Amino acid sequence: MAQIVFALVLVGAITLFAYHVRLLRRTILMGRDVKLPGSRSERWWQMVRVAILQQKMMDKPVASAAHWVIYIGFLVINIEVVEIILDGLTGEHRVLAPFLGGLYDAMTVGAELFLALVFIAAVVFLWRRNVQKVPRFHTAEMRGWPPLDANIILWTEIGLVVALLIMNAADQLLQARQIEPYAVVGTFPVSRWLTPFLSSFSDESLIWIERVAWWAHILGILAFLNYIPFSKHLHIFLSFPNTYYAPIQPAAQSDPLPQVTSVVKEALGMPVENGTSESSPSILGAKDVTDLTWKNLLDAYTCTECGRCTAVCPAHLTGKKLSPRKIMMDTRDRLEEIKRALHRNGKWEPDNRSLLGDYISAEEIWACTTCNACVRACPVLINPVSIITQLRQYLVMEASQASESINVLFVNLENNGSPWALPASDRAKWAENLI
Amino acid sequence: MAGKTLAAWSASGEKPEILYWVGCAASYDDRAQKVARAFVKLLDAAGVKWGILGTEETCTGDPAKRAGNDFLFQMLALQNIQTLKSYEVQEIVATCPHCFNTLKNEYPQLGGSFRVWHHSQYILHLLQTERLKLPQNGAMDGITVFHDPCYLGRGNGEYDAPRFILRRAGVQLREPERHRDFALCCGAGGAQMFKEPEPGHKDINIERTEELLRLSPARIAVGCPFCMTMLTDGVKHAGKQAEVRVLDLVEILAERLGL
Repeated sequence: MAQIVFALVLVGAITLFAYHVRLLRRTILMGRDVKLPGSRSERWWQMVRVAILQQKMMDKPVASAAHWVIYIGFLVINIEVVEIILDGLTGEHRVLAPFLGGLYDAMTVGAELFLALVFIAAVVFLWRRNVQKVPRFHTAEMRGWPPLDANIILWTEIGLVVALLIMNAADQLLQARQIEPYAVVGTFPVSRWLTPFLSSFSDESLIWIERVAWWAHILGILAFLNYIPFSKHLHIFLSFPNTYYAPIQPAAQSDPLPQVTSVVKEALGMPVENGTSESSPSILGAKDVTDLTWKNLLDAYTCTECGRCTAVCPAHLTGKKLSPRKIMMDTRDRLEEIKRALHRNGKWEPDNRSLLGDYISAEEIWACTTCNACVRACPVLINPVSIITQLRQYLVMEASQASESINVLFVNLENNGSPWALPASDRAKWAENLI
Repeated sequence: MAGKTLAAWSASGEKPEILYWVGCAASYDDRAQKVARAFVKLLDAAGVKWGILGTEETCTGDPAKRAGNDFLFQMLALQNIQTLKSYEVQEIVATCPHCFNTLKNEYPQLGGSFRVWHHSQYILHLLQTERLKLPQNGAMDGITVFHDPCYLGRGNGEYDAPRFILRRAGVQLREPERHRDFALCCGAGGAQMFKEPEPGHKDINIERTEELLRLSPARIAVGCPFCMTMLTDGVKHAGKQAEVRVLDLVEILAERLGL
């Protein structure tokens, strides 16, 4: 009976997760197609360095250390989750023990050590966020859902760790009391310290505690799995594709819009290759998320709201409205609206709302100095400047909504080939006695 | 003197080794013009045959591009590429990191591929090939602090060339708190130079200058005409213009050589 219930819950949870992953993929692919520079081997290496080895996390040593613990802990403890799933499906108890022999002890020791370390790391993160109040976790966009999301993730991790430790503690007592099917296996260096608290319980109560902890852990994991698609925690999956696809080129490089090239060449009377490209988007720049590239959208879903970008942004530091993290969060919030419509109606129809205007204001995007500090700071190669540039392109080329001074700049560039209204004939005056 | 306009070089039937892309700031701004003059004095001292486009040069299109006007950017870029190609230009050096970035990274997609140097890189090259020689002994008084330009440093990964040539010039180099890839912007990039800042509680150049001034430098070294403007204003704002000079890298070298 328990096996059937378990199998149904497992299949249900995985099916639900798969549905949301497909929906997420479909939402991201609503973005414009883009060719991203870089060879396959460069990309793999970039992903290994930045995602797998977390090279850029190291900029902040405390956060990096705690993050490493949770990252490795997640991998190590997941080996035990494999056994939990096998136990659930077969109705056996600690099914891997007979197969692994001495290795099983190593596995349980490793898992237990990391359970303790993950517990400590999660407490450190909660402390930094809620007690120490690291400033980057408390800027204007970090109100309501975002900090709640962060705390839910950390408390869930603590809950999952505690459930496993209680389960192991009860298991050890049952092993010692030679209760079936609790064969004497595994070594539990951490949870053995919890056994005194449980030793006064009867055999029946201990079995009950062990079972409740077992179910709490696996149901918790399956619930958490289905929470992730709606959470900033998506970075645990998306950091890998995001670092793989991040363009390999100098940060300051911003490619010319191809559909503009043919128009300009025609205006200049230059030969135009292949005519106008068919796949060119109908609008210049981006007004809504669907005008951005799919990589911009993947960026938005990868963002885990750590705020390292905003903490180094010169505009933010001097009190301007711009926060690069908010650019990413707004993009994701707008995408979530589209995703919900795709879920409800199976398709997306424009709703008279847009990223620019309803989420991001002109004041924000005009505060950017394109200095790329946010891009440098991001541990997973997200690029807020790319989105800002595309929004500016829409404002300038489609909506003609540049400020007075920017329009003066354009007029000067057009008339004098210089940002100032100074004659081209004066260009070499500085060199009069030198050439 | 070994500098002429490309038109003059062409008329003489010779070709210069390098085109100096002057940029709008050094063409028109009094302060940046001094940098251009210091730079070509160094080129002359190294015996480099250099050319400029003179009245045939226009803006690379960078401010238009960053402000979102790709039509205007490509209009300027395609015309510049035509001019550069007509003179068969192969190597370009720019004293402005914004010109440098645009010429190096954004012209190739429009059909203009050149070898492009930032002036710090070219000077380093002249030092390494021993065409430019600096005095071996003696040092410059006071502390020098170098401000990384965003479009050279973070934008193109060049942090070492400016530092190397400053050290070779015998300066006592100190790093501000935010330096290299975490250097703070001066506030001019992304077309900010040509507009009023958005509302905030401080100007970016003031924030950056305060950080640099904490090291009590005798001079602030820059590698960009816009950083020059922003930080010079910042130093004035702090009332330190009598004690602290804002100088381009090449001005420091020219001073060292007594040029």
